[in-house]
Amino acid sequence: MSTSVPAAAAEVRGRAPQPPPPGRRRPRASDRTRKERNLGWMLAGPAFVLMVGVTGYPVLNAVWLSLFDYRLTDPGARSFVGLGNYATILTDGLFWRQLGVTTAITVVTVAVEFVLGFALALVMHRALVLRRALRTAILVPYGIVTVISAYAWQYAFTPAQGFVNPLFGLGGFDWFGETVPALVVVCLSEIWKTTPFMSLLLLAGLAQIPGDYLEAAEVDGATAWQRFRKVVVPNMKAAIMVALLFRTLDAFRIFDSVFVMTQGAQGTETLSFLAYRQTISRVMIGLGSAVSVILAVLVVLIAVLFIKGFKTDLSQQRGS
Amino acid sequence: MRTKRRSRALSLVGALLVIAYATLPVLWIVSLSFKGGDDINNRRFWPTSLSLENYRIVLSSDLFLTALRNSVGIAAIATTISVVLATLAAYAVARLQFPGKKLLLGTALAITVFPIIAIATPLFNLWRTVGLYDTWLGLIIPYLSFSIPLSVYVLSAFFREIPWEMEQAAQVDGATSWQAFRKVIVPLAAPGVFTAAILTFFAIWNDFIFGITLTSSEAARPVPAALAFFSGASQFSQPTAPIAAASVLVTIPVVVLVLLFQQKIVAGLTNGAVKG
Repeated sequence: MSTSVPAAAAEVRGRAPQPPPPGRRRPRASDRTRKERNLGWMLAGPAFVLMVGVTGYPVLNAVWLSLFDYRLTDPGARSFVGLGNYATILTDGLFWRQLGVTTAITVVTVAVEFVLGFALALVMHRALVLRRALRTAILVPYGIVTVISAYAWQYAFTPAQGFVNPLFGLGGFDWFGETVPALVVVCLSEIWKTTPFMSLLLLAGLAQIPGDYLEAAEVDGATAWQRFRKVVVPNMKAAIMVALLFRTLDAFRIFDSVFVMTQGAQGTETLSFLAYRQTISRVMIGLGSAVSVILAVLVVLIAVLFIKGFKTDLSQQRGS
Repeated sequence: MRTKRRSRALSLVGALLVIAYATLPVLWIVSLSFKGGDDINNRRFWPTSLSLENYRIVLSSDLFLTALRNSVGIAAIATTISVVLATLAAYAVARLQFPGKKLLLGTALAITVFPIIAIATPLFNLWRTVGLYDTWLGLIIPYLSFSIPLSVYVLSAFFREIPWEMEQAAQVDGATSWQAFRKVIVPLAAPGVFTAAILTFFAIWNDFIFGITLTSSEAARPVPAALAFFSGASQFSQPTAPIAAASVLVTIPVVVLVLLFQQKIVAGLTNGAVKG
């Protein structure tokens, strides 16, 4: 349940909720306004209650449990330790290592996806032939189950079964025996699976650029690269930021591929995996909850940084 | 004329490259699934001879079939409920003024960016105490809360494009807000709702984290989680080929949906994201 909600960008940019259409909400009949309010909550209420109930409570519960030394197999020994779990985690070199691995995966995948996604978007945008086939094909990686993508890439690189080593004359090189090669394969699977999402967002951004701009630039003698840098990119900043924001947040939560390919072995453990292992495998509920809380805080931080950077961008655009 | 032909050729090359990018890994897993016996270790892309052995293994395995039943059932129920609730909420968001609307949207956005594992582990604790652990309902509930925000955004973007004069006309003719919603807006919004349903289905079909944290047996374990445990069952004989066959079977519905509704999916994914 990841890669989703590009449309939320509308909110991020502060465009919605849209003002009501003129003439619709004149304060002539307070009775009518009240009815509208009631209907609003009647319609939105169930969705809201579900969202808050299922996520709000567990989050608060996790914050609470993160303050205890609590092991599921030994509930009697549960004791309040305050911020002790956080201290344990933040002073453990392993946590910082995993933060590093997670950050590296995020930066590498998002950067490659952006470049590749842009290339795919340009091909689709300028396609003279096979337009429909292109858009259909690109949706296959998007729709495929992440676990299956991970298996496909893992098997391709496994020395015993894969075709990659013979193809490149690598003999019996064990991709999953060391940190960096294993992470490379993890990243490849992630990139393959999620680039289409990025490229479709960028494609929609490309479609928004008025054709005259490009023609005018061409008439003025701008090279293809100049047109790209001076006309295309500035005119689709919004789409670029949205695509980067959602992919970054998603990449930072990486879990499925790591679980399937390495089970966190060879130092490929990510933060999501750490939270999973502490809570589910080791049943260290207190410690695992603290990891979850830290992860959540980090994701919120990334989102805030992005949105902040985003807003200044927009105001600059308007100012000029 | 020559430049035109050249740009057509270039475009064709680009298109073929993109199609190869998208389909090669899928072809590889399909190819694996047809490798019988020791053929799996041939270290080549294509099987030496086609074998249906793996499909026979998978389709006679209770592990896979129950997981498939769980996945289909849970995804169908969760998608239906999610889309109905999200449609109502999105209508309210797009069309009505009510206090707390910002709170609703903010909450939805917060949930979509929240790390799933940070919800799954506390839910694991909670579900164990209330008895929802390892049940269909125990998965359906978190799926709802994670797919509703997605649908609310996709749908409210759709709803903003609907010609609202028609609703007003209905209200002038004496229809209440509710009637206007049901008789005028629902038929207009149906394509959007349908798109939201497909995207929701994909998201739920793809889930792995809830699948492995909130289940412990065949009672509720969905396919992606079952695949992962399938491989862990034996250290010495990696069931690579049967996993490939199972993967192909699970990917078929995705490919069919993509082939049938390509345009709608693309519109749903990008709608509202880049306008403004």
